[in-house]
Amino acid sequence: MSSTTAGETRKVTIKAFRFNAETDYLPSYKSYTMEVGKDELILDLMNKIKWEHDGSFSYRRSCRHGICGACAIKVNGKAVLACKQNAIELLDMFNNDITLEPSSKKRAVKDMIIDKGDFWEKHAAVKPYVVADVDPHPEHETKQSIEEFNKFLDSDLCIQCGACHYSCPALEANEEFFGPAALNAAYRFTVDTRDTAGKERLELTAQPSQGVWDCVKCFECAEACPKEINPIEKITKLHNMQFEQGVAKSNVATRHAEGFLRGMSKHGFLDEADIVLYSEGYLGMYKHLTTAFKMMKAGKIHWQDGIPFIDNMPKIKNLDEVQKLIQISQTNKL
Amino acid sequence: MSEQLHYALFTGCTAKQSTPELLSSTLAVADKLGIKITILEEASCCGASHLQDFDEFLAHVLNARNICYAEKLGLTMITICNTCQLNSAMTKHALDSDPELKARVNEKLREVGLKYEGSSEIKHFLYAIIDDYGLENVKNRVTTPLSMFNIAPFYGCHNIRPSELHGASNGNENSYTPTSLDSLIDALEGNPVNYSHKNKCCGFHVELQANHTSEVLAGNAMVDAIDNNADLMVTPCPLCHLKMDTYQDSVGKVVGRDIELPVLHMPQMVALALGCSEEEIGLKFHVQKKAKMLFSEAQTA
Repeated sequence: MSSTTAGETRKVTIKAFRFNAETDYLPSYKSYTMEVGKDELILDLMNKIKWEHDGSFSYRRSCRHGICGACAIKVNGKAVLACKQNAIELLDMFNNDITLEPSSKKRAVKDMIIDKGDFWEKHAAVKPYVVADVDPHPEHETKQSIEEFNKFLDSDLCIQCGACHYSCPALEANEEFFGPAALNAAYRFTVDTRDTAGKERLELTAQPSQGVWDCVKCFECAEACPKEINPIEKITKLHNMQFEQGVAKSNVATRHAEGFLRGMSKHGFLDEADIVLYSEGYLGMYKHLTTAFKMMKAGKIHWQDGIPFIDNMPKIKNLDEVQKLIQISQTNKL
Repeated sequence: MSEQLHYALFTGCTAKQSTPELLSSTLAVADKLGIKITILEEASCCGASHLQDFDEFLAHVLNARNICYAEKLGLTMITICNTCQLNSAMTKHALDSDPELKARVNEKLREVGLKYEGSSEIKHFLYAIIDDYGLENVKNRVTTPLSMFNIAPFYGCHNIRPSELHGASNGNENSYTPTSLDSLIDALEGNPVNYSHKNKCCGFHVELQANHTSEVLAGNAMVDAIDNNADLMVTPCPLCHLKMDTYQDSVGKVVGRDIELPVLHMPQMVALALGCSEEEIGLKFHVQKKAKMLFSEAQTA
């Protein structure tokens, strides 16, 4: 692959998703050939399409320096902020074969422009602002220490571009899920010392189907965020805070998280059969009988101790260390 | 190779329970390649990202303890599960970059006579094979070329994301265009299948609490592989394996397709090409029935 140095350009043909919801039944892909310089951004490429090839090509753009979040699109499935993403870097990554697409094809209105209604609805639902009784005539400013401020500093950098939201596979499969951006916002205001609605947000984000427990742990959000916020890290913190503040109710998801300690205390390993039984409860086990039977037939299930004459659960060496460490380090309870 | 490679193996829970074939094929491959393995029999569960949701500090303490045992041996710790890899690496990163957290964790470890230093690297066996042993060397040892199989590489999230955390330990794999498994399939003379879900999520982690999501994600990946003419799928992660091998019937119902796709563990595929025994490869432990035929099919090539 030829590297591009100062003054040089690379001639490439890029493809773009074209669709007008008012007139088209199906989208199409069109090709545009252009010279790309080493400092050009994906936004420059979109400008070239519009200014030099087809004036009807539509996309959102505004600030041009990575702060308004309007120009988020996807290139070969990778979420990018068009005004921040170097074009040559992407051309190198994808072997000079790139396709510009909207962040969410199913929400396309015109070309790169999508209806972000679902994003804003979820964002609004978590109360993304400081809820506080404010004295209209305060005598002192509300002070925060550097440590308190640093707790939410990086989560506050979110520009609501939707890159993580539309990269989240959990949201694709379950439209109820808040998604990483709204959960990051929930975290940001919950840890703010001036805010008083933390418990309410924790209760909201603990709900099955919409809350943190539907995160599939794929880390797509961490990879997609152009501001390097790492939303899934904030989701993990919300999980922990739900236990710390007694918001977590006993259900299949919370028992599944806490239940790891049952097997680990007895064997050092997770007890694979016990965790399903403990999380689901005896009544919930009916769903798993077919699978359990198949796994048993293939020799995959190990019996927990407690069943007479059968105990083939493996145990780690120095199990007493793990037991002791759980005893002295555990901070949360269900 | 001038010096024999020697690693401390963190088996994780599944290799000791529901996927014994993962452990036996890993040891068989290491033996064929002349890689020395010391199993960390003291190592506990990594928390699988679920204990982390319950009590992140406790999870760091327990993962640090596992790493201590690799450090005691002065060896690189290798993992054979993407989720073990990620959670161990996350603890290592957290402790190595936060002296205050490291001190708090070591205060607990002191009670059991251990100390976390940060001296051992942690990498998945896949990258030990590729980056340390070398694909050319693997290629030279192939006795049963996999040329009759179209193999869909399924990378599994936790080996490739977040890419910043993995860094050099996964050979700086690009999470959008991963190549390691494809190159390994190539080296074993199999035909890598190109499909867009190769770097997507299998849904394993929400199997219990968000079953529909889990089934849809697994289904999308398997159907994509099948539609691109895959005979089988291979993954470095036993959790991806469990989701996709065990639940093909129910996943098929959710996505409205018949799914019959053998899903191999990465070391099983290597073992097949290096001529390891049927017992070591352990295809009898698969739920998906077609997998059981692969050993004899490979021999007839």
